Formats: sequence, C-alpha cells, structure tokens
Amino acid sequence: MNTEILSVGLTFLVTILLAIPLGRYIARVYKGESTLLDPIFNPLDKLIFRITGVDASREMNWKQHLYALLTINLVWFFVAMFLLMNQGWLPLNPDGNPSMSPNLAFNTAISFLVNCNLQHYSGETGMSYLNQIAFVTFLQFVSAATGLAAAALVFKSLTPNSATVQKGLRGLGNFYNYFVKSLTRILLPISILVAVVLVFNGTPMNFEGKDQFISVQGDTVNVSRGPAAAMIAIKHVGTNGGGYFGANSAHPLENPNFLTNTVEIMAQMIIPLAMVFALGFYLKRRKLSWMIFGVMTIGFLLLTIPAIYSEIQGNPQIQKMGIDQSSGAMEGKEMRIGVPASAYWSIGTTVISTGSVNSMHDSTMPITGMMQMLAMMTNAFYGGCGVGILNFYVFIIIAVFISGLMVGRTPEFMGKKIEAREIKIAMIVALFHPFLILVGTSLSAYGITNLKDIAWLNNPGFHGFSEMLYEFTSSAANNGSGFEGLGDNTPWWNISTGIVLLLGRFIPIIGPLAIAGLLASKKHIPESAGTLKTDTSTFGLMIFAVILIITALSFFPALTLGPIAEYFSIY
Amino acid sequence: MKQYILPALRLTVICIVVFCVVYPTIIWAIAKAAPGQGKGETIQKNGKVIGYEKLGQSFTEDRYFNSRPSAVAYNAAGSAGSNKGPSNPDYLKEVQARIDTFLVHNPDVKTSQIPVELVTASGSGLDPHLSPKGAKIQIARIAKIRNVSSEKLTQLVDQYTEKPFMGPEVVHILKLNIALDEL
Repeated sequence: MNTEILSVGLTFLVTILLAIPLGRYIARVYKGESTLLDPIFNPLDKLIFRITGVDASREMNWKQHLYALLTINLVWFFVAMFLLMNQGWLPLNPDGNPSMSPNLAFNTAISFLVNCNLQHYSGETGMSYLNQIAFVTFLQFVSAATGLAAAALVFKSLTPNSATVQKGLRGLGNFYNYFVKSLTRILLPISILVAVVLVFNGTPMNFEGKDQFISVQGDTVNVSRGPAAAMIAIKHVGTNGGGYFGANSAHPLENPNFLTNTVEIMAQMIIPLAMVFALGFYLKRRKLSWMIFGVMTIGFLLLTIPAIYSEIQGNPQIQKMGIDQSSGAMEGKEMRIGVPASAYWSIGTTVISTGSVNSMHDSTMPITGMMQMLAMMTNAFYGGCGVGILNFYVFIIIAVFISGLMVGRTPEFMGKKIEAREIKIAMIVALFHPFLILVGTSLSAYGITNLKDIAWLNNPGFHGFSEMLYEFTSSAANNGSGFEGLGDNTPWWNISTGIVLLLGRFIPIIGPLAIAGLLASKKHIPESAGTLKTDTSTFGLMIFAVILIITALSFFPALTLGPIAEYFSIY
Repeated sequence: MKQYILPALRLTVICIVVFCVVYPTIIWAIAKAAPGQGKGETIQKNGKVIGYEKLGQSFTEDRYFNSRPSAVAYNAAGSAGSNKGPSNPDYLKEVQARIDTFLVHNPDVKTSQIPVELVTASGSGLDPHLSPKGAKIQIARIAKIRNVSSEKLTQLVDQYTEKPFMGPEVVHILKLNIALDEL
C-alpha cells in the first residue's frame, strides 16, 4: 500500500515536470515561433490550409473567432447526428450494433461535441467501429482543439501591444490557425505516443469484430474488440474521457496494467497543467503562472488527500462484517490498479473534466464521492483542454474586481481596466454553473418522488440523490463521468443533460472570449505603484477565497442531502 | 455567414481524413508489431483459444482458484461494475451472503482472513487478478479436493505472483488455474 501511495505522489510530480517544457512548447506554437517539430508539421499545416483555402494569417476579432468556432461546431453536430442515427446500416459494424434513437443520438452527439463524453450507451453494444472512429475519435480531437483555440485567443488578448484594429475591435489571431495547430502540433503527436504505449501493453487495435471462445470452466465467452488504442489515446490527451468499452479505463483491454494506468492519468493531466505554464511563457510572466498553478494545486490536493484516505479506510459497514479490508474499498475497483491509484485518478479525472474512470465512482465512499463532485462543482482547478484556463480566467476577473473594491484601487488586470460589463459577464458565467446543476437535480428529484413509474436509481436513499446530483454536475462541468448506476438512457436524462451540456460548454467559452475581446480593445494602462499586483500569493489567496465562497454557498445544501447525509448514515 | 460555412465544411472533411483514416491506420500498422497483433493476446491450449490474457474468467468450481464476483459474469461481450453504493442495504446483504458462502466452501478459514476483493465486484466485471492473499486463502480447499500438498500450491501461487513496478502485487487467476490443471 505504501509504495502505491508513493507512486501516486511520483506520478503527480512527473506530470508537473513534463508539463513545464510542454507549456513552453505550447506557448511557442501559439506565438508562431519555430519549434522542433516544424519540419514534420509545417508541410502538413500548409497542405491543410491550401486544400481548405483558409487564410490562416488573417487577423480576426473576438466576434469573428466566435462565429467561426460556433459554425464549425454546428457542422460537426449535423455530421454526428447523421452518423449515430444511421450506424446500423453504415459500413464497419461487424458486431451489428443498432442505430441510435433520436434522443440518445442527440445526447451522445452533443456530449462528444462539447468535450464531455457523458455516455448513455455502452461502447460494446451501442457504437459501431465506424463511429468509434468517425464519430468518437474525430470529435475527441476537434472538440479538444476547439477549447485550446479559445484559450489561445485569451492568451493573445492579454498581450499589451495593440495590433490591427477592425471595426473598433482588436485582432486576436486567426481561429483556424489556432485550431489546426492545436490539432497537428499538440494533440496528434502526444496521442500517437500514448497509443503506441497502449498497443504494446495489450490494448486492441483491429477491425475484426467480436471473438468467441470456450473458457477453462466451459462457459462460452464473447470478447468485444476493435480499434480501441487510437481512441483511448486521444480520449485522455484531449481530456474527453469517453470509454471505448462500457467500463471505461477499468476495462482490462482499455487499461491493461499499472504502467498504462500511470500513462493514461498523466496523459489526461498534462495539457491542462501545461496550459497554465504556457500562459506564463506566452506573456513572459512566469510568476503569474506559478500563482495560478499554486492555487489550482492547493485545491487539487485538498480534494485528493481526503479521497485517497477514505478509500484506503474502506467501507465501515463491510468492516463490521469482520473480514480483512486492509486493501481498502474494493467494490468497483480493479486489483491491478489498487485503491490509492484509483482514488487519485477519480479526483484527477473530475478536476480535469476528462471523466474517464478506472474505478466505479458510484461505489466509492461518501467522502470520495463528495470530493469528486466538488472537483466538478468548482470546475476551476486545472480543468479541461483549454477551457480549464478559461474558467479560471473568469475567477481571476471576479477576484480582481472584489480586491480592487476592498483596497480602494481601480480594478485592473494585465494593464486593462475591469468595468461593469466585464464583471457582469464573469458573474453570469460563474453563477450559471450552479444554476444548471441545482435546477436539473431538483427537477429530477421532483420527478422521482412524484411519479410512481420512474425507476432510474440503482441505489436507494441519500446515495440515490447523489446519483442524480452527480449526473447534472458532470454534465454542467462537461466532465462525462457518472454514478453509472443511474438508468440514464431515457428521454428525460438524454434531453435534459443534453441541454445542460450545451450551455455548460458554450457559455464558459463565449463569456471569457467576450471579456477578452472587450479588454483587448481597451487602452493599455502602464503598471504603476497604484496597480493591484495580480501575481502575488496574496492575490492567489483572494482567488481561492472567491472560488471557495461561490462553491460553498451554491452547493453546500445539495451536498448535505447527498454524500454528507450518507456519510453519517454509515459511520 | 458563407465566409464561415465553407472553411468549416472543408476543414471538417480534411480533419476526417487525417484523424479517421491516417491516424488510426498508423496506430493499426504499429499494432501489427505488438504482441497479439492488435487483436488481443490469447492463451491457447492444444491449438484452441481458451482465454484472453488480459481478461479474467469466471471460476466458481471448488477445484479452481475462484475469481472475484462480477456484475457481467465475466462475459467480455460487455463490461460493468455493480454500481452499488456503500450504504445500499441490499448490497450489504449480498456481501454478507458471499462471506457466508465462502465460509461454507472453505471451512478452515476464519472470517477475519477473507480479503475484501473476494466478496466485492470489480469495476469492469472482467478483473483477471486476485491479491496473493486472495489466492493463498483458497489453497487448503483446493489441496483437499485435488489431493496435492499445500506447499506445492503455495509455491505455484508464488510463481504466478506478479510484482509490477510500484503497483500492487497480483496473481493472474487464469494462468494460475491453467497451471493448476497441468500439475
């Protein structure tokens, strides 16, 4: 057990050590500076831009960015709906899986479009090979690149030199340029590396359909296989999280051993961490990066340590039965991964908004379940590909405004005054998240108590409430993991979470983009003695307090009804 | 609007080519060099496939080392955990029943010796492993049925114990049981 705990700590350290150089690389990519991979990717990018006829050097203001981003997402949505509703007769479907119902297709299409990967289907029986590639793998790449491109725009908006001004709005680079470079230079190379590790450790990558054999004890067993390795790599690298198999990364073919487990958790955390450092390299303000990193890491550790501790302690009700529970809470966990690495992953995946799981969150202890939910409720520690830093940006704006008022200075961030419009947008983004979660959960709770023929829940009592709360939290945070006992392939869950997913994705992208655009068009005020310093630990503490207060005020009542009540019922 | 739709359509097409054709083909080609050629490594006996190396199998008979409980009965056509919450009264009854059953089949064992994994379902329902404790506690039963000495079985379990770098120690139950049949 002790070496396993140590391995978790080491994994985290190594991830940070790799994220720093990656952050420097990402900053160079978005600045258009030369990198080591240029000889391979310059020709590829040029080819892509020539075929598509996109002028990647054309400066766009924030509104043009937004139109480009939303239009291409709309195109993907229609392609995805078509593929899902027709997969039954389309080629590459050796297992004969059926086409999706319209409401399931709606939910699934949106869920992958918004980088969430909430899955109301099970991979083995619900998805053809064609769609594991053309739908799942495709959207896992492009949705991650969408988030990264939006973050690149915010980076650019924070630079002081005002470039070309169009219609009163400042040019902030080109969306297609950021998008393609995120794909070819960041996501693709890392995914190939991860996929190679996976195939050599036993993850399948074939097109031959299910296999059948007679087991040692004489049972007839079917084995689902398919083009898994390519998809599982980008599922983590792009912080998507949708599993190839139903059991996600708990499946022995999706996550064959302790080494792949370590590689997969590092792969999902590395880009979000690197984006924090990339910001510092991009703006040449390393101290700002370290401040943000510090706040995020303290938050992450405050969630992780109680989770690991309570899983190692195990289930007190099973302890009472008198068996040997020294390996911890093993329900829903795999032997080759063990309890500490499972608990660490469960917080990593919820903080990062990946949502892949290597143990079943529904069966974790109440405190762990609460930490998983809190990770998604705050939704600002590390966060998903690109969008993590956007969410944090919103909290920075709020913290700047509040501390400005507290000390009687004009609220400024990076030499730009923060005024009523920006703070209104920031507050809407910050408060919309709890609004979506709490309204959705309360409507479902109303349904389950008042409509007799509803049987969604796999567990009674407080835990049943947690299943519904978790589902909406995961949707609003675009996470995608679930308390999977919830019977969620019903019109209510498909449609309601589908809408929450859309709003939970695009409002936190549109908001920061708008703030960035507005700030970029303002006059730069040189730093003076009267400027509020934003790269100090005092300001870090301020951001942390803002996050804590918003989260605690919004979610404490709901958590009391779920995990907290469950905790007191079993201890 | 047109200035956004055309690039969007063209970029979508080219992304489909790169990420749905080129990228999977590269990985597929690399997988050909991997053990199992990307089809999943199998375990064969007399030329017949009797299992997949990574996937656990259902072992419920007393003459074999039993595997963990599974929510999908080890049929790898699907995969799932039980998703039972820690406070669920039906679930807790089920665990108690598993403990009782285990004690009936292993009369020499004390309750306090039963490792938790033997009475809880795994996340995938296909977990191929047990802890060394989980295997060794079944030795007395198997030794009696098979008429083999306990020392020999302990040796066998030790031989099939894997110690991955920094990871938990595990015993591969399928390989162990195949070796057991060959004794």
